Amino acid sequence: MGDKPSTRPRSGTGRTRRASKRDDEVALQGPTPDPEFVQLLSPDGERVDHPDYSVDFTDEEYRGLYRDLVIVRRLDLESTALQRQGHLAIWASLEGQEAAQIGSGRALRKQDMAFPTYREHGVLWCRGVDPTAPHGLFRGADHGDWDPSEHNFNLYTLVIGAQTLHAVGYAMGIGYDGKVGTDDGEAVIAYFGDGASSQGDVHEACVFAGVYHAPVVLFCQNNQYAISEPVERQTRTPIYQRAAGYGFPGVRVDGNDVLACYAVTRHALDAARHGQGPTLVEAYTYRMGPHTTTDDPTRYRNGSEVETWKQRDPIARVRTFLEKQKIADDAFFAAVDADADRITGRLREYVIDMPDPTPEMLFEHVYAEGSPLQDAERAWFRDYQASFAGEGH
Amino acid sequence: MSRVKQFPLPDLGEGLTEGEILKWFVAPGDTVSLNQPIVEVETAKAAVEIPSPYSGVIVELFHGEGATVDVGAPIMSFDTDPGAGPLSEAAPAEAPAAPTTGPLIGEESADGRTAVLVGYGPKASGGKRRPRRTANGAPVSAPVAPTVPATPPAAVTPPAPVAPPVPAHAGPVLAKPPVRKLAKDLGVDLRTVAPTGPNGTISRDDVTAAHAAATATPAAAPAVRPSFGPDREQRVPIKGVRKLTAENMVASAFTAPHVTEFLTVDATRTVKAVERLRAMRDWRDVRVSPLLLVAKAVLLAVRRHPMVNSTWDAERGEIVVKEYVNLGIAAATDRGLIVPNIADAGRLSMRELADAMTDLVETAKSGRTAPAAMQGGTFTITNVGVFGVDTGTPILPPGEAAILAFGAIRQQPWVHKGKVKPRHVTTLGLSFDHRIVDGELGSRFLADIGRFLTDPEATLLAWD
Repeated sequence: MGDKPSTRPRSGTGRTRRASKRDDEVALQGPTPDPEFVQLLSPDGERVDHPDYSVDFTDEEYRGLYRDLVIVRRLDLESTALQRQGHLAIWASLEGQEAAQIGSGRALRKQDMAFPTYREHGVLWCRGVDPTAPHGLFRGADHGDWDPSEHNFNLYTLVIGAQTLHAVGYAMGIGYDGKVGTDDGEAVIAYFGDGASSQGDVHEACVFAGVYHAPVVLFCQNNQYAISEPVERQTRTPIYQRAAGYGFPGVRVDGNDVLACYAVTRHALDAARHGQGPTLVEAYTYRMGPHTTTDDPTRYRNGSEVETWKQRDPIARVRTFLEKQKIADDAFFAAVDADADRITGRLREYVIDMPDPTPEMLFEHVYAEGSPLQDAERAWFRDYQASFAGEGH
Repeated sequence: MSRVKQFPLPDLGEGLTEGEILKWFVAPGDTVSLNQPIVEVETAKAAVEIPSPYSGVIVELFHGEGATVDVGAPIMSFDTDPGAGPLSEAAPAEAPAAPTTGPLIGEESADGRTAVLVGYGPKASGGKRRPRRTANGAPVSAPVAPTVPATPPAAVTPPAPVAPPVPAHAGPVLAKPPVRKLAKDLGVDLRTVAPTGPNGTISRDDVTAAHAAATATPAAAPAVRPSFGPDREQRVPIKGVRKLTAENMVASAFTAPHVTEFLTVDATRTVKAVERLRAMRDWRDVRVSPLLLVAKAVLLAVRRHPMVNSTWDAERGEIVVKEYVNLGIAAATDRGLIVPNIADAGRLSMRELADAMTDLVETAKSGRTAPAAMQGGTFTITNVGVFGVDTGTPILPPGEAAILAFGAIRQQPWVHKGKVKPRHVTTLGLSFDHRIVDGELGSRFLADIGRFLTDPEATLLAWD
């Protein structure tokens, strides 16, 4: 997949301009109910042109994006069902945010590093991590079962906003390592939410990113709620405009438009890898489900709001587009559904059969290359456990 | 494997105890597919739809709408293989998991707690449901009678009652490592202990209670009569405290060259001091014995001769002299000899020392001495006098340079001020590690303790 805007946009719709009169005016308005943002595919499935951003996908690539969207949603629904049936302790649903995650996830190049929250199941899918890998965490069996360096996808971070600091530090590191500044340079993306934008960690991350010109994209999925607190309780200005204060560009994108999310993120990542510093991307989207399976959203938001957002569904618009453009036929859609059935079936089997962790797991993943002290402790612990044999433990 | 499966109400939100059936979306006889919504349940946190865990035919719903159901209790049963013909009358609904390995998620354990995936699990009582939403104004219908199975295939037996709590431990025993260690030290087989902890775990109290119960009878009887076999021998397993004691004694006897010295002293003034202390109003509730003054004597003498309060560190080629005194008091208990110590006893006032010793002895007698209280001793007193013997040659606890045996105090003829008089006399025995302590030091130290017991008031004034 390739699009390469020739110039880095410095002005235009939905973007912060560095120090202009208009910024101050906008800053006083607060979040608008119908915000302006970069959009390339309307909710009706119509392609929309944008002066600064575009995509140029092949039919195959368009179909691939649709498949990604459907499969991550189905995996998500299955995970929620598994929690409701008693097989997971908790699940954090991505429903509604598929486009933001698939668009940005597919925009990453292989060498780019991603730092997720605990909701980035779509990005995880794009990074080639087995989609069953996070479920040990949500069952309480492990802390995430994948190698971050193998997939360039860090473990889920549960502490709100902490991963933005990790990402910026990592980005500063690859800068020092001289891995930035060329076409095949590296870039970093940090995911966080509108709630996290109020965290001190995120502020510090933005300060360091700006001051040190770190090759990082700060990707905020504004899903309108920090558990039960609406985004109006986080900020009086649109989140993307905060970038101006840190001295780097900010852009708001339709977070339910996978094409726009791809284009904007790809552009920001390429800027970072070429040494042009950080970008704040605000993907304006909506969390269709509860914060987690332990939350009840009907207590703090009304059904008409949810209905409004259903009209902006990220998957329906891609399907309409594919059908209208005759890029895909019924056989393709049926095949995607069959794929999703197969993959969710595998997930169900995996979760139900997941073994409990052994006590010796305590000693795994402590040191990269082990340590004599730890070996001794492990041996002692093994003997200790064995010393109870016959006492029916 | 039965084809009929029960579905227990899962913990829908991180540690809940119960839920209320708001609405059934299915009825007996309905065919359902996997993940099809089957019931709406309201918990303290949310009202949620539960998707079907199986595809098949609904056999029975065990609760009506409005019923409050405990987490882990079956709410419905499924025929998961309806194509295989009618259900046989005898086929009992299979509980989701046989409780052979302790409570599984959602199941109730012996103590009435429900195993959950997170937290300690809710107690059987005290769950509060979330406030009812009354947006539509319609009150939730009163509990209705459970739906009667109306399906032609079969009448299925009602849900098997929840198995009564089983005290036996066929499966693995649940106990935390320190509790396992305690059980091991006490020689208690965890399989025989009734658990009272969360999720059916065995607690520390359970182990000590089991141990107390096991040792209660011998303690009451004046002497334990061993039960001999036909060969007139009894084989007692070497384990627990006996084993530990043996290991320590052997290790000590074969590494530290022991020397023992004795000193017989007139302790009449000590006995009188004890009586006077007991008579003091603010000491009325304090347990005072001559051992308290012996302990004080040791602490003062250690201050004058710090070298006896030390450790031979062969590994590093150093003698570790300690400024603090963790004063061990050897105690004979039901489970054998234990030596808990009073940490930093040298800093305690007389009154604090008395309280600490009382506490230490009572804790030891009741078998509640914490392992931590038995570690790090620096000097030990063994009070063999309580058994009526004069003294002994004690063996050093590993890591200590000296130990004092305090024998019985008895009235004996004693030359006092030029005349033979009945006096309270006792014999002290001091063993020390000759690698650290020479005869001269050992003798001076022992003599100081003797002087204190001979004249506690003056020495206390002079040395304290």
